[in-house]
Amino acid sequence: MKEEINFEKAFERLDEILNEMNDGKVSLDSSLKLFEEANKLIVICQKNLLDAEKKIEILIKDRNGEPEIENGEPKKEFFNTAQKSILD
Amino acid sequence: MNITISKKVYSVSQITYEIKSILESEFRLISIKGEISNFKKQSSGHLYFSLKDETSQISCAMFKNSTNSLKELPKDGDQVILEGEISVYPPRGNYQLIVRKLEFEGIGSLLLKLQKLKEKLTVKGFFDEKNKKALPFLPKKIGIVTSPTGAVIQDILNVLNRRFDTFHLILNPVKVQGEGAKEEIAKAIDDFNKYNLVDVIIVGRGGGSLEDLFAFNEEIVVEAIFNSKIPIISAVGHETDVSLSDFAADVRAPTPSAAAEIVLKEKSKLIERLLNYKKHILKYTLYSFKNLKLKLSNYIKHPLFSSSYILLGKEMQMLDDMRENLDNSIIQKILKQKEILNIFSKQLSRINPIAKLLNYKLDLKTYEKKIENSYKNYLNLKKNNFLKLISHLKGIDPKNLLKKGYSICFNEKNKKSSIILSIKDVKKDDRISILLSDGKIEGKIL
Repeated sequence: MKEEINFEKAFERLDEILNEMNDGKVSLDSSLKLFEEANKLIVICQKNLLDAEKKIEILIKDRNGEPEIENGEPKKEFFNTAQKSILD
Repeated sequence: MNITISKKVYSVSQITYEIKSILESEFRLISIKGEISNFKKQSSGHLYFSLKDETSQISCAMFKNSTNSLKELPKDGDQVILEGEISVYPPRGNYQLIVRKLEFEGIGSLLLKLQKLKEKLTVKGFFDEKNKKALPFLPKKIGIVTSPTGAVIQDILNVLNRRFDTFHLILNPVKVQGEGAKEEIAKAIDDFNKYNLVDVIIVGRGGGSLEDLFAFNEEIVVEAIFNSKIPIISAVGHETDVSLSDFAADVRAPTPSAAAEIVLKEKSKLIERLLNYKKHILKYTLYSFKNLKLKLSNYIKHPLFSSSYILLGKEMQMLDDMRENLDNSIIQKILKQKEILNIFSKQLSRINPIAKLLNYKLDLKTYEKKIENSYKNYLNLKKNNFLKLISHLKGIDPKNLLKKGYSICFNEKNKKSSIILSIKDVKKDDRISILLSDGKIEGKIL
């Protein structure tokens, strides 16, 4: 939820900046400042959006279909996407 | 040892053949009503399937020669009436119905069951729009409840890998059909909730018959979906297959790939929006730079800047004037000096030493002549005097006197001739010589 607010605010500000720039009345100095600000916002948003690693996991279950628990959390292992049952 | 009559002991083959003869003679031509399941068509053209009702099932085989009368192939879930005979297959010890005739019997009981359950759950509010949860804005972890070897997980991974560099996916592997499937699916949904493992769950399986998909029509699964606190996207079968899970889920995806896209729809929207901002802001910034550049070049082109005369014309003119004045005054000065120089040079030429020298030379020549003349005169005079003197001298030349009888005596003493001017100049025995006009007489003083 925290992220959502950030995105909303950031996008709102980006909209404002675009409008201001679009107006064509900004001085060179302030247009550079606006650009700098916009760039910063975009970088932060991008980081927020893309700054996670790719993880594909599969839960480990016992014979009864119960997830194996470790430190109160179900155990997971990396899911090998290539694995296929010989039945398939 | 007493031999008592004991129970008859059959061999396996004996009893099998007994059963075979009883069954096959008893059920020679029968009709059975039921639902088709596990339908399989072999490449030989023979059909194999089970006929079942709520509690029982019987294996069926329909050989190719009997299938000719079929308008369409039966499929799982079809309600049919079969005609044929029971046959025992000794190598496996099982019995089956050899189907001679197959008739369809309208809507299957599974569909009926589904319809009933749907009505029941609708009344319970399981499918109400108001109970649907919103999908998370940007889910960090995506849970998947499906078979680890099925098409769903592959499709979803394909989409995610293609569209996104980063995502976190947790697969809860379950059976999606057959015995125990519904319990596993329901439990997997519950477990995701219990451990709060993910932000959104995709529940699904690939396409199949109504029977294959039936786990997703089971009350236990629909209930688990309804009760899940975590929003659920259903992706069961193909787009045309609709299950009760689809109705209960918060969002129904037509396909597993679509489910993946729905889950990260916001993310891709955000990314797209962000890229748009990036593009536009760059564009505007470049545009405003271009604009300024243009303005600048226009300024530069302005006559005020393009021609220096506009700004500095007056000064330049003044400068030119001053230069001219300066030139003029310098020229004047030079001319004056030149004039003075001319005067001087005239004066100088007037006192030219060469002219004077020439004069002197001329003078010198007249002097020379004068001197020469006077010298000539002098010489002539001297010459005349000298001639006079010579003639006079000739008159007194002793040789001429000798001719007149005079002689000159020389003392030859000491081998040196000396004129004897006095008698005292000679002594006795001195050798003398007397010079006459025609020769010399030598003698001795006595």
